[in-house]
Amino acid sequence: MLERIESLRAQASEAIAAAPDVAALEELRVRYFGRKSELTSILRGISELEPSERGPVGSAANATRLALETELESRLAELEAAEIERSLAGESIDVTLPGAPPVAAGHLHLLTRTRREIEDVFVGLGYRVLEGPEIEHDFYNFTALNHPPGHPARQAQDSFYVDPATLASDVVNDRKRAPGPQDMLLRTHTSPMQVRAMEAQDPPIFVIVPGTVYRRDTIDATHSPMFRQVEGLAVAEGLSLSDLAGTLEHVAKALFGPGRKTRLKPDYFPFTEPSVQVDVSCFACEGSGRLADGSRDSLCKGTGWIEILGAGMVDPNVFGFVEGAYDPETTQGFAFGIGIERVAMLKHRIPDLRLFFENDVRFLRQFA
Amino acid sequence: MKVPFSWLTEYCDPGLEPEEVAELLSMRAVEVERVTRVGVPSTEGFVVGKVISAEPHPNADRLRVCEVETGEGAQTIVCGAPNVATGQTVAVALPGSRLPDGSKLKLAKLRGIESKGMILSERELELSDEQEGIIVLEGDHEAGSPLDSALPIADAVLELDLNPNRVDCMGVYGVAREVHAVTGAPLADPPWQLDAEATGSEGVEKLASVRVEVPGLCPRFSARAFTGVEIGPSPAWLKARLTAAGMRPISNVVDITNYVMLMTAQPLHAFDLDKLPGGELIIRTAAEAETMTTLDGVERSFDSQTVLVCDRERPAGIAGIMGGLISEVSDETTRVLLEVATWNGPNILRTSARLGLRSDASARYEKQLHPELALRAQRIASRLLVEICGATLEPGTIDVAAEIPAPHRITLRGARADSLLGVRLDRDESKRHLERLGFGVEPVADADLELTVPMHRHFDVSREVDAIEEVGRLHGFDNLPRALPAHADLIGALSLEQQARRRAEDVLRDLGFDEIVTWAFVDPGLADRLRLSADDRRRSAIATANPISEELSRMRATLLGGLLDAARYNAARGAQRLALFESGRVYLAESAPDAGTAEIDPAIAVLAGSFAGRIASPAHEPHRIAAVTIGGLAPGAWVTAESDEVEAAGFYELKGALEVLGAQLGGRVGLVPGSEPFLHPGRAAHIEVDGRPIGWIGELHPLVARAWDLPAANAFELDIAPLVAAATAGDEVYEDVTTFPAVLQDLAVVVAEGVSAQRVREAVRAGGGELLAAADIFDLYRGDQLDQGHKSLALRLQFRAPDRTLTDDEVAAVRARIERELDAIGGALRA
Repeated sequence: MLERIESLRAQASEAIAAAPDVAALEELRVRYFGRKSELTSILRGISELEPSERGPVGSAANATRLALETELESRLAELEAAEIERSLAGESIDVTLPGAPPVAAGHLHLLTRTRREIEDVFVGLGYRVLEGPEIEHDFYNFTALNHPPGHPARQAQDSFYVDPATLASDVVNDRKRAPGPQDMLLRTHTSPMQVRAMEAQDPPIFVIVPGTVYRRDTIDATHSPMFRQVEGLAVAEGLSLSDLAGTLEHVAKALFGPGRKTRLKPDYFPFTEPSVQVDVSCFACEGSGRLADGSRDSLCKGTGWIEILGAGMVDPNVFGFVEGAYDPETTQGFAFGIGIERVAMLKHRIPDLRLFFENDVRFLRQFA
Repeated sequence: MKVPFSWLTEYCDPGLEPEEVAELLSMRAVEVERVTRVGVPSTEGFVVGKVISAEPHPNADRLRVCEVETGEGAQTIVCGAPNVATGQTVAVALPGSRLPDGSKLKLAKLRGIESKGMILSERELELSDEQEGIIVLEGDHEAGSPLDSALPIADAVLELDLNPNRVDCMGVYGVAREVHAVTGAPLADPPWQLDAEATGSEGVEKLASVRVEVPGLCPRFSARAFTGVEIGPSPAWLKARLTAAGMRPISNVVDITNYVMLMTAQPLHAFDLDKLPGGELIIRTAAEAETMTTLDGVERSFDSQTVLVCDRERPAGIAGIMGGLISEVSDETTRVLLEVATWNGPNILRTSARLGLRSDASARYEKQLHPELALRAQRIASRLLVEICGATLEPGTIDVAAEIPAPHRITLRGARADSLLGVRLDRDESKRHLERLGFGVEPVADADLELTVPMHRHFDVSREVDAIEEVGRLHGFDNLPRALPAHADLIGALSLEQQARRRAEDVLRDLGFDEIVTWAFVDPGLADRLRLSADDRRRSAIATANPISEELSRMRATLLGGLLDAARYNAARGAQRLALFESGRVYLAESAPDAGTAEIDPAIAVLAGSFAGRIASPAHEPHRIAAVTIGGLAPGAWVTAESDEVEAAGFYELKGALEVLGAQLGGRVGLVPGSEPFLHPGRAAHIEVDGRPIGWIGELHPLVARAWDLPAANAFELDIAPLVAAATAGDEVYEDVTTFPAVLQDLAVVVAEGVSAQRVREAVRAGGGELLAAADIFDLYRGDQLDQGHKSLALRLQFRAPDRTLTDDEVAAVRARIERELDAIGGALRA
């Protein structure tokens, strides 16, 4: 009897392993474990055996049944997995077709992005961000910035004047509080906010002022009657031109890359003294003036340096126009102005200022 | 300012290349924009020649065949100039030499005779425009000697980009002084040290008189008289210098005035004395609308602030700007009155701007010259007129001058300089630098210097801080250490309103909008194209007085115009779908809200148009966000989602974007039906926050869309300040919504068409009370199963209590109240 059980086991094992599909396996289940199967009848007939045989035969038959059932289940799982794989094979798609985003990607204007970049650099340095009016009194735009009437620098920044008859009448009356010429104009720089900021806050003061400014320039590739600047003003005890130099070097590295160097040259602005121009080493030619192929670098015109901003120590006369805690004799601070368009054009090699205002979506969408 | 290098180094020669000098000047003194070259690329092959003979060409009437000694024997040179003659010393280019245009001179056969070189005219050497005849060299030059020893045939030119404070560098000697200061190379004695000898017999007082009626506008007027003046072309060296400096040689007298100006920065003017009746000059302001024809042949009209130099009868010149035609020096002139004056800078600037007339003289005068300079220029010019024009200087100088300002005296404190520059300067170094610049310097106390400012810097340096700039720049701004301010109060952050504005812009970007930036200037016709009524405050009231053009003459009072312009621009270039937004200001003719009053929340002051400062801004400049969509926001992907055709889908899509914008800021944006002249009357709404209107949304009126050549479009515009003020993002407080689950039920309500979804929702909410946590409309149905003129709205209701799970009975009671509320607006539950 035991031999028979062993033979059944070998026979069934072989059949299970050879079953080609789930259906065949179901047939085997009936054949070997069904009510009419030989193994079932052996188990059912145990009581009729000699008592000495019952034990060994019973345990052999049960062990065989258990083993075969495990083999069958495992073969079943194997066959089912294979069948799923077969059906999936027919469901394949072309993953290289384009994605279908829930919404098309939008874009911030490059000028917004650049303004934010500059803001973030200064926020990291501990500055706060202020904003000021674009339609401004002559006092803030010129007089308080040490441009007395008749000063050549007033002419250099050809201004748009505002027709006072088109402003609210109480505003026109209010301007009499401003010393100097009574004109109102579109600010020619973000610098008017220097005096406004100091009127509102005693030193120390560390602020930047991004904003739109206007000059009566004819529109061409490098001129626009409307463009953007970021003004900076820092006033605190003992601030020096060296602090300005270090600050702007940090900013140049943050905006144009850690390998950049800066240099300071004499310059002139009526509201700073001393005044400097800040150049950054060219990032196209790494300061050599020559591109990799040996040709002259057009970005820096072969000089290895690019002018990026004007700056200086706040002129004592400007402090003199602020009432209160800004004693021209003892107060020290620095100021600077960066052109947002200029930074964006340099960083992204944009050849024509007009592209910013044309708003061609094919241009806008180049900048994430 | 163009500075010929050979001229510059005549006064101060540091033995450096032009590019090296340019770099030093840029880093320590004044910006040199570029270094250019004039004349021939190489002086090789250019020699002095002696004309041994000049015979007519056998085959050409206008050519001569010359034998010219060039140091290596006589050469045959064919020459086309009418003035070539035996015995002349001439400039010769030998074969192989390169001309200024870069071309190489070759042996050439001219009508059968080989020419071994070329006898040169001034134009061929770019010394002047003169091309009529060849150059005839004066003085003693050996044949065959290098030509550049006789003529400046090659030079470098430094092109300076000068700031208005450095009028002293509008003269070559002033630039030489800077070279001296930055290099230490010796500076030649000033060219005005020697005066001409007055050998005339008449004296200026007999020949001329000057009356200054406006001494405040004319601090100095000096005049000298010259007789026996021989007008003619200037010598080649003088022409070469003028040409290299960018001026056209005219005649010796005029050239000398220009030359002295280029040397000293002091303009001069030569009158033909015989054309000044009685030799009288009167300096006065013009009568209103008085006219004169200037040297350039243009008749000009003046106002009463214009200063004129007049003869007895009429204006002879605009002071400091341009002379008149009548008394101009001409070929017939034999007696010259030389004017060298000092004018009031701001007045010259004003007049020059008013007339739109800028000259080399006005560019200098407008920056204010010192009266002392006038007599220096007289001395130099006198000597040149005598030497070059054979003139006789009449004794005496007419000099009508107000008091000459005393030199500024400044104490330069070493400690102050060190503190401002952030570096310890060596006092001896500073002293040396200032002395080279012409300052009088006396060391005092421990580290201080007592300075006397030289007259050439009088209007630029008057305070200690100005002197600190001088010692700083000559020490080298670039040599300063790079420090960073160390300050306890350096706490940087964007304000809440700045963060909120960024968030708003980011939300729109993430919803698929492209941001645009448009002009703040608009055209006055915009208001009509938007169909704005006469009293609409968006009629762009604020106008610039001097616009670039009428189309750019108004300040925008709505962002819509710029958006539609940009949409048209892109639609015309084939864009099918457009979703554009702008974040920017409008400019309203109202007084700006005053921060710090109850009127305005300081947290949103700037977005609301209230700015720091003692004096309020002249206009109201609130920040707005506006958007336009054409063709929907759905992605431009190759997959097309099957969607039901919903009427005015674009409107709801844009409204959805607006709601997301509000939700992302934490504010609840509501819409109430409203109208705008530029919107579809049935598809327009006003945007509200907390019951306050903050903007509008709607489908563009077809007539407006047509005016911009656009298909159907939807747009919104809103003031961002009130939205940010109502925002709660960041201030949210936890609420338990998970412990006791909500009960969800759907509700279908049939109402008449005229009942808005808003009213249905409000009725449901009123009935639902506190236990109704949400009621969201999810379907709208119209059709056969409903009575005519009715619609069915489906709502998903969410019932919840914070402290228990609601029972079926509780929910049924609330639902019954909702039904009663709906009944009150004519609504019935759909079976």
